[in-house]
Amino acid sequence: MPSFGSFSLLLALALCVYTLFSGALALYAIAHRRKLAISAEHLRETSRRAGLASFICISCAAFALIYAAFTNDYSVDYILHHTNRALPWYYKFSALWSGQEGSLVLWAWLLAAYGFVLRLRHKVDITLSAYASTILAAIQTFFLLLLVFAAPPFALVPGGIAPADGLGLNPLLQYPEMVIHPPMLYLGYVGFSVPFSFALGALMMRYPGEKWIHITRRWTMVTWLFLTCGICLGMHWAYAVLGWGGYWGWDPVENASFLPWLTGTAFLHSVMMQEKRGMMKSWNVWLIFSTFMLTILGTLLTRSGVVSSVHAFAQSSIGGWFTTFMVLTFVVCLFTFFYQRDHLKAENKLESLVSRESSFLFNNLILLAACFTVLWGTLFPVLSEYYDRTKTTVGPPFFNRVAVPVGLALIFLTGIGPLLPWRSTSFRAIRRNFILPCIAILATAAILIACGVHPWQDDDATPSIYALVCFSLSAGVITSITSEFLRGAGVVRAQTGKNLAASTILLIRRNTRRYGGYFIHYGIIVLFIGLAGSAFNQSKELEMGDGDSLQLNGYKLVCQSSSQDSNPNFDTDYALLDVYHGNKKIAQMSPARLFYPAMQQNDTKVAIHSTLALDIYVVFEGRNPETGRPIIKVFLNPLVNWIWIGVGIIVIGTFIALVPPLKPTRRTENSQLSALSSELIVEPAFPSPVDKVPEAPHA
Amino acid sequence: MLKRLAQTLCLLTIAFTLLGADDNSTTRLDRTGHKLVCQCGCGQILMECNHVGCPVSGPMIDELKAQIAAGQPEKTILATFIAKYGPIVLAAPIRGGFDDVAWIVPYATFILATLGVALLIRFWHRRHAQLQPATPTPDLTTDTMRTRIRQDTEYDE
Repeated sequence: MPSFGSFSLLLALALCVYTLFSGALALYAIAHRRKLAISAEHLRETSRRAGLASFICISCAAFALIYAAFTNDYSVDYILHHTNRALPWYYKFSALWSGQEGSLVLWAWLLAAYGFVLRLRHKVDITLSAYASTILAAIQTFFLLLLVFAAPPFALVPGGIAPADGLGLNPLLQYPEMVIHPPMLYLGYVGFSVPFSFALGALMMRYPGEKWIHITRRWTMVTWLFLTCGICLGMHWAYAVLGWGGYWGWDPVENASFLPWLTGTAFLHSVMMQEKRGMMKSWNVWLIFSTFMLTILGTLLTRSGVVSSVHAFAQSSIGGWFTTFMVLTFVVCLFTFFYQRDHLKAENKLESLVSRESSFLFNNLILLAACFTVLWGTLFPVLSEYYDRTKTTVGPPFFNRVAVPVGLALIFLTGIGPLLPWRSTSFRAIRRNFILPCIAILATAAILIACGVHPWQDDDATPSIYALVCFSLSAGVITSITSEFLRGAGVVRAQTGKNLAASTILLIRRNTRRYGGYFIHYGIIVLFIGLAGSAFNQSKELEMGDGDSLQLNGYKLVCQSSSQDSNPNFDTDYALLDVYHGNKKIAQMSPARLFYPAMQQNDTKVAIHSTLALDIYVVFEGRNPETGRPIIKVFLNPLVNWIWIGVGIIVIGTFIALVPPLKPTRRTENSQLSALSSELIVEPAFPSPVDKVPEAPHA
Repeated sequence: MLKRLAQTLCLLTIAFTLLGADDNSTTRLDRTGHKLVCQCGCGQILMECNHVGCPVSGPMIDELKAQIAAGQPEKTILATFIAKYGPIVLAAPIRGGFDDVAWIVPYATFILATLGVALLIRFWHRRHAQLQPATPTPDLTTDTMRTRIRQDTEYDE
């Protein structure tokens, strides 16, 4: 099977190289009307088919690696180092991405899968798809070169004698979410290759109009969704596994996944300006170029060991390959941009400071400021070491101080943006649209202060000030989005006579993109509320014998017993705790500490009791070597569930935005909808972002 | 009027969100301990390192407690830790000198970029105004009709 896997990778590389060169030759011949020995169209088609075949070859290689894991083939070095016989089957499956070589196979396979779909759907625009396919083949060739020459996954163990058992999987990765978190993240990372390829292809061929944006919209949204889910699953994994009570530690690798998310989000917003008004073309092209390059940078940071990280298990020496690839990509993008820059001239200019366009500009500014801040903080240790030869740490205190204000500014814009119309607005419309959100902001702040949130009395005022601002702004945004829904539903209700719920559903179905987007904004706000809850975290640590209790903010934890257990994969040391709120028993929790003999490593199994208001988060930290009694650390983490609920709303919103809008039957519904449309148009504060904005009369 | 309002709003937002520069912790131990990183390789804040039996965090916390008990000011305590473990022991770059660059650059970039965008919008706005006819006659009826027709006949996909 290792030979089969290696051969599949070699064949895939050959096919990708063919796809790249034959595709490039065919497109050059078509663009310059050159004659070839065979027709350029035929050559282009063979290139496409070779690309399709490469997916099958890489799938075979991925299958061979998984098969080797399942059959305990320890003659393969990668399998030896990442699995063992006692490992449950589902973790053997996840061994595919638990090490560098396997991760690269996964990357190449997902890229090939995206390419497969793209090449199958080539009829959407044959020439543009051919450009995108060729660019995608270039990226795929890079990863296959890595797999064949730098990090071969089927390399045999030194000496050729297979040991009886493997060294096992890193205990930190033996958690259910680890079976889906890396593939999700990779689907996000890899997926940005597709809009990147389309954007670069469209620029190379001077593609007329904005159709490439329509073609790639779903690709970009699905990719963005995968990346969002991947990041949030990683947060949940960190929360449930690492046992430090938090979910985001500003680790360089976490930051690396956050960077393309920020630029990708900026792209999803600013691309609307290009769609609706033909503006920001150069900006959008560079946003998607940057997003793709940041995914490569993320991998570079993860793999190269340039910055120290808790993800050190993934470090290796292939950083040079990624640096070279990134530089090459940048040079190609820069050259194409300058060569074709006259193609990117804006069709319109911004007309007013207070308009949807300017809100998108500021939204982009804030997202990019956040991106720069995170990148700067991540790379500063490298700069510092270069400057004065000393290693520094840039950790949570820096990011919380610098990035949180940027996040608050983003919430502020999330509320303002949807209320502003395209082109320009009047003061009257602003006053009418903003009065309710402003009241909500002030009322929330007043209620919170009345309820006892007094930052000025705290020793450390910063987190509670940020939380107060965040809650108040969030109330304003929720009010503004809800009023948008209600107003739209009210118009539909007046036209159709349906009840409010049915009218809201009809409204959403009619403009899924707009209202799906609003759902995503809802989700982001709910997520921010959850994040702001961390300002009020509390914790306490105590050594607890049987019958001992621990009190924390009205909660009492009583240790019933502590014991030990073992299975072939790990030994368990755990405590059984009853949790009381007042006199009422609300839960029994069992935090544990695991020991994995194969890896000779400890791991934590956190016990979490979640409610909407707070999480009771209990960590078994170990036993006091002198008394033998367990040491228990308890955290009360308010509003953490809101983060996961927010993510759920984002997922629902993205699905809504991906659904094609309702098409009215011409005779029956058209009259209703046209009346509805006219009513929505008469009100300039609530235009539909779906419809291209009519041009202003020019001289 | 509208412009003033928007400008004031922008300034207030920036000023409000950048509030909270003061940083006092509940206890000196907690405050100073949160400015240090455990040196066991976990990369966690010293007071948050959750490894029982960690050979590094325990002695580091004891060392910190001893210095606080001796009445050492925070600056001296941090300097002692830097001398012993190197600047990497600090959770954020706060030594002054080149470390200040870490803090200045994000704010400076953000402010400059905001000014840049505002100027760009102003420039575009003025140029747009210059391109308008002396007596603009917007054909609202046609615009509205065109939009309505588009809404009735065109959809996202």
